[in-house]
Amino acid sequence: MTPTKPKFDLKLGMATREAFGKALVVAGRENQDIVVCDADLSKSTYTSLFHHEFPDRFFSCGIAEANMVAIAGGFAYAGKIPVVASFSCFVINKGFEQLRVTVAYPKLNVKVVGTHSGISIGEYGPSQMSVEETGLACSLPGFVVISPADEVSATALVLAAIKHVGPVFIRTGRMKAPIVYPADQKFEIGKAIELTEGSDVTVIATGLLVAEAIRAQVALEAEGISVRVIDIHTIKPLDRDAIRRAASETGAIVVAEEHLIDGGLGVRVAQIVAETHPCVMEFVGIHDTYAESGTPEQLLDKYGLVSRDVIAAVRRALNRKK
Amino acid sequence: MGREEMPALPRAKLRVPMPLKLTVPELQAIAKRIRREIIEMIGAAKSGHPGGSLSAVEMIVTLYFHVMRHDPQNPKWPDRDRFILSKGHAAPVLYAAMAECGYTPLDQLNTLRKLGSMYQGHPDVRFIPSLEASTGSLGEGVSLALGMALAARMNGSPSRTFVMLGDGEIQEGQVWESAMFAAFYKVDNLVALVDYNGIQLDGFVKDIMEVAPLAAKWRAFGWHTVEIDGHNIPVLQAAFKEASETKGKPTAIIAHTIKGKGVSFMENNPKFHGTAPTPDEVKLALQELQ
Repeated sequence: MTPTKPKFDLKLGMATREAFGKALVVAGRENQDIVVCDADLSKSTYTSLFHHEFPDRFFSCGIAEANMVAIAGGFAYAGKIPVVASFSCFVINKGFEQLRVTVAYPKLNVKVVGTHSGISIGEYGPSQMSVEETGLACSLPGFVVISPADEVSATALVLAAIKHVGPVFIRTGRMKAPIVYPADQKFEIGKAIELTEGSDVTVIATGLLVAEAIRAQVALEAEGISVRVIDIHTIKPLDRDAIRRAASETGAIVVAEEHLIDGGLGVRVAQIVAETHPCVMEFVGIHDTYAESGTPEQLLDKYGLVSRDVIAAVRRALNRKK
Repeated sequence: MGREEMPALPRAKLRVPMPLKLTVPELQAIAKRIRREIIEMIGAAKSGHPGGSLSAVEMIVTLYFHVMRHDPQNPKWPDRDRFILSKGHAAPVLYAAMAECGYTPLDQLNTLRKLGSMYQGHPDVRFIPSLEASTGSLGEGVSLALGMALAARMNGSPSRTFVMLGDGEIQEGQVWESAMFAAFYKVDNLVALVDYNGIQLDGFVKDIMEVAPLAAKWRAFGWHTVEIDGHNIPVLQAAFKEASETKGKPTAIIAHTIKGKGVSFMENNPKFHGTAPTPDEVKLALQELQ
């Protein structure tokens, strides 16, 4: 038997935060209205690249996220396209009130980019880990919430987010991310991507967990289990139709994300499943706890966010489906 | 007493763009009329914040009718001056001034806070697009103003941005984040007015959380600071002129005011921070504001 070339080689690419920083420079060249604000983390968020090329359109706000987010609101009122960036945990939590009243309520054209999302920031520990942001960002009326899996999707979706008129939150990671997509892949905000066809069960994943879902799919395929993998790169608005089809065509759904299960993607998917085609569901995510220091790999393993955990969830789902 | 019986605005003088060339007595007449509108609106709504609306009247009148360059016929004129009411609970004074300028209908002021009214409980751009910002959560206005002022500077626009804060409001930490930022970036097309009426919801500011020495705080944060009587229109005019001539720094105008100004039983009375006058109190207040 000749081995077939795998559909996904999952070669390690750049971190989604770095892809964001590079895409932002590309966008800045095309659009003079883009202004960027950062809160003393520009070397980590990669907005330093934009700062270097467009110093007059970059504002270091100091360590003051609330002010930064509301300044972005002022810029948006005046017709600029502000992009604010910081570690996800700081911009979403310290800036949440401002995201709510200053940005979401008048539905301003502000782009908020959180970097170092999830627990894969690693050694820094829970104070720097953002595990509540999906719930928080999705709770804001009118917000689009994006969670790219790799450098290709991050680049395309940052550019799409800037073209979109209205508030957007983008969740990016610290770690180098396995490349899922060919360089010419097209992305549309709100349109999920079906990575593998499958009929026994669907794994709906986002962010780093997309690669883990693919690894699980490859392992399960060898056992004769047909897994559909869907990348939900836009957590809000969700692709209702893709979820409904997955529920009705495969009858079992596993949702996998690097986020607390409470308030996460899984809960949002479950709502649509309940409303359209109720089926068995299982959830891979963080169970009501804060993590700790360690290498990203150690933490993802310990907190149950690797392909092994996706496979286990698939088996549970299939057992319940019988 | 109906609106038609009120002293009329010198409407013949209205022309665009603003500001108008009105005399001080004419500005004072507008101030009195706006005070009456505030009382009537909040009385009709049966809820709202009369005290901090009345304390801000002369400042708002001086801005809208004497200082700011704006055009009610063309509210989105890119080079207009902008005003943000960071103390959004004083919405009635802003609504009355904007209605007097012709932005919004005067005859609907008394729909304040009612379902479907453009005059929402706090300023809401979804209902009045000519407002510069939706506000109501204290502490955010200077930051918003900074974004607008910096955008004007980047665009080479002469537009200036004015933002009014309450004295209780400056207990919010974000105010000082934004104060630090404004001085660091030398945002001299920005003016912050502090309505220093000494009262917040729970009582006197000095008893809740002292903010004094107020002017010294703003000065220490790098602002040009002017401390004045916030009810004296010529003094306000001079302070705004001084602000416009101050380069390299934002200006903070610390305006000493009287909460509930113009209505004897509301003056300096914490009760009227957030309590509407009863129908009898409305009558009394309007008699005083003849």
